[in-house]
Amino acid sequence: MERSTDKAVIHVLNNHKGGKQVQTVWDRYEAQQPQCGFGELGVCCRHCMQGPCRIDPFGEGPDRGICGATADTIVARGLARAIAGGTASHSGHALHVAHVFKKILTGEAPDYAIRDEVKLKAVAVRIGIDVEGRSVVDIARELLDKALAEFGDKGEPLTWAASTVPHGRIDVCRELGIVPTSIDSTIAEVMHRTTYGVDADPINILLGALKCAVADYTACHLATDLSDILFGTPQPVISKANLGVLREEAVNIALHGHNPLLSDIIAQVASEPELIAEAKKAGAIEGLNVVGICCTGNEVLMRHGIPLATSSVSQEVAIMTGALDAMVVDYQCIMPAVATVAECFHTKVITTMPIAKMPGAEHMAFDDENAAECARAIVRQGIERFKLRNPDKVCIPQESSTAIAGFSAEAIIGALAKVNADDPLKPLIDNIVAGNIRGICLFAGCNTVKVPQDHNYVEMVKKLLAENVLILATGCASSAYARHGFMTSEATKKYAGKGLAAVLTAIGEAAGLEAALPPVLHMGSCVDNPRAVDVAAAVADKLGVDMSQLPVVASAPEAVTEKAVAIGTWAVVGGFPTHLGVIPPVLGSKLVTETLTATLKDLLGGYFIVEPDPLKAADALLAVIDERRAGLGLS
Amino acid sequence: MEVIYVRTDRCVGCKTCEIECRIAHADNEKTLFAAVSQARPPKRRLFVEQGETGKTPIICRHCEEAPCIVDCISGSIYRDEQGFVRRKKERCMGCWSCIMACPFGVVVRDAEAHIAVKCDHCPDLDIPACVAGCPTKALQLVDVDSLPQERRKELLLKKEV
Repeated sequence: MERSTDKAVIHVLNNHKGGKQVQTVWDRYEAQQPQCGFGELGVCCRHCMQGPCRIDPFGEGPDRGICGATADTIVARGLARAIAGGTASHSGHALHVAHVFKKILTGEAPDYAIRDEVKLKAVAVRIGIDVEGRSVVDIARELLDKALAEFGDKGEPLTWAASTVPHGRIDVCRELGIVPTSIDSTIAEVMHRTTYGVDADPINILLGALKCAVADYTACHLATDLSDILFGTPQPVISKANLGVLREEAVNIALHGHNPLLSDIIAQVASEPELIAEAKKAGAIEGLNVVGICCTGNEVLMRHGIPLATSSVSQEVAIMTGALDAMVVDYQCIMPAVATVAECFHTKVITTMPIAKMPGAEHMAFDDENAAECARAIVRQGIERFKLRNPDKVCIPQESSTAIAGFSAEAIIGALAKVNADDPLKPLIDNIVAGNIRGICLFAGCNTVKVPQDHNYVEMVKKLLAENVLILATGCASSAYARHGFMTSEATKKYAGKGLAAVLTAIGEAAGLEAALPPVLHMGSCVDNPRAVDVAAAVADKLGVDMSQLPVVASAPEAVTEKAVAIGTWAVVGGFPTHLGVIPPVLGSKLVTETLTATLKDLLGGYFIVEPDPLKAADALLAVIDERRAGLGLS
Repeated sequence: MEVIYVRTDRCVGCKTCEIECRIAHADNEKTLFAAVSQARPPKRRLFVEQGETGKTPIICRHCEEAPCIVDCISGSIYRDEQGFVRRKKERCMGCWSCIMACPFGVVVRDAEAHIAVKCDHCPDLDIPACVAGCPTKALQLVDVDSLPQERRKELLLKKEV
């Protein structure tokens, strides 16, 4: 199978100078073939030590585990635990930002500040904090208390969920009993009910999983809000994406992972003249070049215009260019293999978080009370490593695309306000009604080794854009579209259908861009998916309908992580039909599969569509969009 | 003669057969933990491979005209009294002629022991370990003489349906 559709990645895989011992994710995938069918179907259980148990999918062997759990129970438990894993990741991310926020208020984190007072006040008002006549610090303190209260059990619905989704959704969740009252105790509840001998009713387990997904949404929204308050709400910014952004004559430092707490500070110190002078003194005539990988890359791209080197599946390939002097990682989606690949090059892999170390990497503990100094020390490691770079091993591909990023919900509403200042949503709604925008699709999720990198993203988006579907993207989906040139005004001319192109051109010109908005709007990292919900919720409220009636769909065509499973599930709870391009491990249970792909439609409006073929998937999403348009009485 | 029948439509690629094969060929105690704790863990004698359409265990067929016996220069590979093709450890000198001769790629090298390794049909067991361990019954022991008759019956049954 072809490994990637990204020419830059293919160029490095074919021409790198690291020698034969460089093994990538694709080699390891081949070595794993064939993969265990019990695992693929989700019918193996290791939750107790009487196991492992597995169910014979052909019906000749055991149809129950030792405890008596059927395939339905085992599959439901596995899915629920995956969602809890994803939620735990987002909870950890959000809580980390909240803790730094707290230190800012107590003066213990002098290198951070509340940078976006407008967002602070907007979030405060949204969650019911009185802002009139109060100081920023005062408001921030109350907001922080409310934020921290989301993690421990407060016995009432989570504020960040209840205040950001339309009432229709809250009612639906309440009827199903899936309103979480805490982020962390909901995760714990899933772990409890899926442990040995607790919940065996597959439907009841799935309801617990849906509740956990709502907690995940809450954690994601909280993380995004707090990050915006600390680092600024993203606004459109023009940058570049793909491995061609690495520079032969500069110290190249890649920021990889998910959380902006460290990466944003590195992005700031990297422009300090003293550090640039040190880089030049070390022989890098172009100074420092900070680039992003994965979602940390999306964070610093959106807020600082830092170029995006590549996505998660090709993280090793960035090192194989031989031009990366340091890879600085925080947490999530960092393959331990990067340290092994780095052994064949001069690249220093630096871990920074106490919960995310790896053999072969150097750990430089990140101290948020002394953030800038930590960041400078890390940059200096990159400069030291540059001196060891072997020019004979350098293989930087030419490919890079211009990318306009930074479309936060606020930025999108802001652009629309340029068309109609009194009623910013009106132009969007008018064009949906008129059919110029047939629907909206949010692409989220990862890149998987099971699909040639970006193939599903690119094939689906070409078809949907031609059919006038406006595309929002986050996470590695946004990376795919940035690297393949879908985030430019030219892309609107090239790919968008007539109606969509006209709308994007009108808004772009009104917003003073002197060109069309890109047809794919970069809404941030994977934790930022609630930004898209905010836009949908605003539209639903404005129209006086439920989100489950909107011609809005989601797709994770190359999903990998438990976080993606959690996000996909809350998109379904939000009322959005959600496509998966990689078959999740649920097919071992007809009941669970049927529930996820059909029954949920009646209960929530949202449901899963599983379709590995990208063109068939695009057709399925278009059919859903048309069905919803018809439901609203639109042609 | 009983042979191992591979029902390719039932293989889910869990590789239990490979693990059971290694355990059966462990030096002393035939347990998973003993096998993995051995200084030189036992080699597997069958291989689950990913094909275009599915997953399949590839297994020694103990051929009547076995190329590995024909090409074995040292007289290490022989046919036992039950008709299965086996290897005498002490006569194998590591020339790998058998590996080159085998059309199925199921004779492999134990590089550390310098001997060829192949399926011996588990002579000490009633049922070969891979067959006994297969959780989906993708591997079955069938009598090669009665199989055609069973096939014919199946065919007739299908037509009747």
